[in-house]
Amino acid sequence: MEPLDQQIEEGERAPSSESMMLNFGPSHPAMHGTVRIVMELSGENIRKADVQIGYLHRGFEKMCERGCWTQVFPYVDRCNYVSPMLNNVGFALAVEKLLGVTVPERCQYYRVILGELARIADHLTLTAAMSMELGAMTPLLWFFKAREMIYDVLEEETGARVTHSFGRVGGMAAPPSPHLKAMVSAVLPRISATVSEGEALLVKNRIFMDRLDGVGSISAKDAIALGWTGPCLRSAGVAYDVRKAHPYLVYDRFDFDVPVGTRGDNWDRFMVRIEEIRQSIRILEQATKQMPGDGPINIDDPRIVLPPKDEVYTTIEGAIAHFKIIMEGINVPAGEAYGYTEAANGELGFYLVSDGSGTPYRVRIRPPCFAIVSGLGGLIEGLMIPDVVPTFGSLNMVGGECDH
Amino acid sequence: MSLELLDILAAELGPALIEKSSDHGDDTAVVDPASWLRAARFLRDDSRCDMQMMVDLCAVDFPQREPRFDVVMHLHSLSKGHRLRLKTRVGKPSGDGAELESVVSVWAGANWFERETFDMMGISFRGHPDLRRILTYPEFVGHPLRKDYPANRIQPLVQFRQGYEKVPPFDEFEGMSFGRKTFGNGRAG
Repeated sequence: MEPLDQQIEEGERAPSSESMMLNFGPSHPAMHGTVRIVMELSGENIRKADVQIGYLHRGFEKMCERGCWTQVFPYVDRCNYVSPMLNNVGFALAVEKLLGVTVPERCQYYRVILGELARIADHLTLTAAMSMELGAMTPLLWFFKAREMIYDVLEEETGARVTHSFGRVGGMAAPPSPHLKAMVSAVLPRISATVSEGEALLVKNRIFMDRLDGVGSISAKDAIALGWTGPCLRSAGVAYDVRKAHPYLVYDRFDFDVPVGTRGDNWDRFMVRIEEIRQSIRILEQATKQMPGDGPINIDDPRIVLPPKDEVYTTIEGAIAHFKIIMEGINVPAGEAYGYTEAANGELGFYLVSDGSGTPYRVRIRPPCFAIVSGLGGLIEGLMIPDVVPTFGSLNMVGGECDH
Repeated sequence: MSLELLDILAAELGPALIEKSSDHGDDTAVVDPASWLRAARFLRDDSRCDMQMMVDLCAVDFPQREPRFDVVMHLHSLSKGHRLRLKTRVGKPSGDGAELESVVSVWAGANWFERETFDMMGISFRGHPDLRRILTYPEFVGHPLRKDYPANRIQPLVQFRQGYEKVPPFDEFEGMSFGRKTFGNGRAG
């Protein structure tokens, strides 16, 4: 460091007319996730911005090519660590598409319930983090209070709060606990009330409104061209939701709305997410009513699903089946398939190529926020420095997913 | 609907469409690399196809094969609701000559996906506005998702970057370099 107390003659301190470069991140308190934005400033106006990602690159796709198909689940957990259950379900569905199998109805409902809980948790985390970055600490605590209720349910079901690794090809790791419906039904009204309280702290707050309203707008046409999906696209007025447009699992049996915005600014993105929490609660209410009380969770195919533990310990067939699946992996027939689901951020795609062995030949994840963050540079050009924080916050970049 | 889409594409491209299939319900068209951009533009602009959204672009490496790489693009039409996987094959077995026309002019969202494919697989896209590495860093040696890149390879240590070089995409006449300006007296001020 050079000393700061230098003697500078007055005449030499004429203001510079040339623009200034400012480096934002990669580790900055106002950015959740490690991303670097290099900005060319004119005064406080951003003339040009370059968003640089990759600080959380962990070689997800390379690692997937080393184990068996089931061993990918812990990795997809860590891609989106805010709603890992949705990634688990998305990957399981993609492999099942390649295998040509469908899980039993009870498992489909179970996946919907756990997935929608994760979606609420994701939206809550984003909204909480965004409001905190704008200086509102109390809503953060409020939303996290609601998120903790969800994490309690997920912990009871899966045994882990965040990285569940609970999905399996052809089913789930464990059947639902007997009190799943009671737990979810008990927690939903409390989440709903807490979210309403947290929302009320924000939506009439002058400072919060001023920093969101009309800032970071994008047109529907631009958003589509950039490949945006999910709440960010819907906030621009395009009612595209994979759950409605291409229903998977049992989403066609639920009555829910797809909230859309009009201007595609930060405010719309915030409000779309709040509304989606309510819609997810509606789905959960219906799913807990419709879910069959008993029935199989895993498909009945010993080539795909592990045998029950007592069979493994007592019968030779069970031991062999267990050994084959653990040591060789599930033999997915050669071919390729693209499975896509609606994750909390948008369309989460898995493009899988199999060569017929137990190891994936290529696992390609299509993270929704990769496309969304690629539009960030264009979004903040022309804005001012303080607008970067809410704009970046409202896009919901999840570093693990964006950087693969 | 789905088979129709492949038929429309086959009628437009003629022999440039090498293969078509619909395995697992995914419509797939393999096109000649020379008509990659033409196929992309046609699929976006033709009112029967109307593929406004490029969902994903990636590459798959088959080191034993000539041409070596599959470049795979997933397209989606919001208005029609149909999807298409468009593929092409490029590159020599050595990994050289993997070049393809960029589709950034067709879908702006292809920008980062092509950068990622360049970074991970070493496929360069002609006409890309800003083809830099995106997930790794400029000093990275090799392309990690190629099958001949060992997963446990250790990269050379990157020296501390001296001086205040401009950070891309800013060229040397844009912006101001990092660090304090000197005010003529030879000392930083």
